[in-house]
Amino acid sequence: MKYIDEYRNKDIVRKIIDDIKMISKKEVRFMEVCGGHTMSVQKFGIPSLLPENIKLLSGPGCPVCVSSRSYIDQAIAYCRLKDVIITTYGDLIRVPGSTSSLDIEKGKGADIRIVYSVLDALKIAKENPTKKIIFLGIGFETTTPGSAVGILNASQQGLKNFFLYSSHKVMPPAMSALIDEGVKIDGYIAPGHVSTITGTGIYSDIPKKYGLACVVSGFEPVDLLKAIYLLVKQVETKNPKVEIAYKRAVKPEGNTKALALMYEVFEPRADWWRGLGILPNSGLKPKEKYRNFDAEEMFDVEVEPTKEDKGCICGEILKGLKNPKDCKLFNKACTPEDPVGPCMVSNEGACHAYYKYNRD
Amino acid sequence: MKKNILLGHGSGGKLSHDLINNLFVRHFDNPTLNLQTDSALLKIKGENIAFTTDSFVVDPIFFPGGNIGKLAIAGTVNDLAVAGATPLYLSSSFIIEEGFSFAELEEIVKTMAAEAKKAGIKIVTGDTKVVDKGKCDKVFINTSGIGIIDEKYKDISTGKNIKPGDKIIINGTIADHGMAIISARNELNISSDIKSDCACLNKMIKKVLDVSDNIKFMRDATRGGVATVLSELFTNSNYGINIDESAVNVNENVKGICEMLGFDPMYVANEGKVIIVAGNKDAEKIIKTLQKDEFGKNCCIIGEITESHPGKGWITTEIGGKRIIDMLSGEQLPRIC
Repeated sequence: MKYIDEYRNKDIVRKIIDDIKMISKKEVRFMEVCGGHTMSVQKFGIPSLLPENIKLLSGPGCPVCVSSRSYIDQAIAYCRLKDVIITTYGDLIRVPGSTSSLDIEKGKGADIRIVYSVLDALKIAKENPTKKIIFLGIGFETTTPGSAVGILNASQQGLKNFFLYSSHKVMPPAMSALIDEGVKIDGYIAPGHVSTITGTGIYSDIPKKYGLACVVSGFEPVDLLKAIYLLVKQVETKNPKVEIAYKRAVKPEGNTKALALMYEVFEPRADWWRGLGILPNSGLKPKEKYRNFDAEEMFDVEVEPTKEDKGCICGEILKGLKNPKDCKLFNKACTPEDPVGPCMVSNEGACHAYYKYNRD
Repeated sequence: MKKNILLGHGSGGKLSHDLINNLFVRHFDNPTLNLQTDSALLKIKGENIAFTTDSFVVDPIFFPGGNIGKLAIAGTVNDLAVAGATPLYLSSSFIIEEGFSFAELEEIVKTMAAEAKKAGIKIVTGDTKVVDKGKCDKVFINTSGIGIIDEKYKDISTGKNIKPGDKIIINGTIADHGMAIISARNELNISSDIKSDCACLNKMIKKVLDVSDNIKFMRDATRGGVATVLSELFTNSNYGINIDESAVNVNENVKGICEMLGFDPMYVANEGKVIIVAGNKDAEKIIKTLQKDEFGKNCCIIGEITESHPGKGWITTEIGGKRIIDMLSGEQLPRIC
């Protein structure tokens, strides 16, 4: 495939690996904070190609994984309301809530539809004027502009039956919190899609305040290896900075139009992250002026008390303190068919990626 | 097990396997069923008979490269053929939704007749039920089929003669059917020229069996894709599998849509692909035979059976890394066949 095959070329991959081996002396640990990276790393078998002194960790990069169980519980409460249609990205449907999941509710007759874009949800809202359509807005800066467009379109078109239930989050507070908590890493493989929207300014603290390496990477093997090469170089030369190894998509200033849409509709709020707890200004909620489209404001539901599973170490995995294989439940009580923790459900979760591609 | 049936239970992946083992096999318990081969292998009055059944609920019922009728014939014919059987007779049962278009039904039936003729089989019995509007989606079809198996092929479906060093062959590109179906569904607004690979493979398989007495195993890689069939093969066995990802052919347009939607082609359904495990010395001969058939032009050797890592499958990725092969977990695409 043009523009993809080049980034999976075996000879180029081998050349970069050789370059990495040439300059890499220290034991280093790099963390990626993007579910897409987690998947690519495991799918292409990248760890098996790297020298032993370079370790890759998965951080809190999967939006489904970091969201709280109470978010799912509340979505389940919404789906049990009369005349409500839940629209969601496919990932969320199998995430266990405290006592149920959207998948199980669907089996019992709730109207839950998988969509690929918020625009599909708007279409469903237009086609079903007597129903209330709740879109489960989840994701980082990558998907938030889409949700913003959903609300803006609904507002312009005068739709009264479209609502967003936001679990949108922003990445920088989590990246700082991890280091503040004492997670030992030498640098970040910064997320490609998030950076396409935000640009690289949001990472400036990482080298400045924390003295850590930081390179924005794409999702193909050549992208990731080039990022790892640059990270190693920054560490070995003691020259931490923010670099982009994904220039075909990421500009330093980001996508200003998307950012403007995002901040037209959303404002920051404190939000809970699995493994990290409550982080100030890390979540996004629709502004007061768009409250009519905010499911949390418009629906009053009773949500069951949150029950977390004992023994699940998703929190520590998301912080890079533990590896999925360290979990007692991994591949025993917790599998993709019958997941305990969110990291096993989401396609982008570290446990799922390890289960699928690196179980041994 | 969860209390309600989920779509994933019909995916052909791990949930389906669990349902089959924990419910159907447990209650229907008998030696023929317990083998869980594509076709049941029966011995009736000294004759080896293969018997199989399959239901089709694909959405949409018409798709590029075929329709539900073509699928209903090919699916059952292939299940017989991969058991080493010569397919002979099929039944066909229709569950039709009230209000369904007569013209569309006739088109489906005509396709089935043409496909049956091409495959050299006869549809000899059937049944029709009509249900209230909304109680089924347009039309569901079940076909059952029987065929006879030559004594020398009776171990093909169990794969019990597989040995380290055997080659794993596939008759062409993968993931075409699943991606044709998803493109044909309007919900994604994708327009593509992907065609389903849906086809009766019995004639091609016969040619292969005619040139080699060294065919150890065959299975059509339908739901769950190539990865799931390979997993079924190595799980609980005393050998391992190595697959070379760069040897697996995927059409460019299929690869593109898979990339966009995050699907791994190894897990996407096919309806005209058979995985053949054969003795190393016959591999080239089989490839040459396949290449001459219209459904085997893009065939290739994708891997081999190994002595190392018994019970496990490893893929050498296209960049030279290593990862495991696993069964499809959960639902990737509902109602693809």
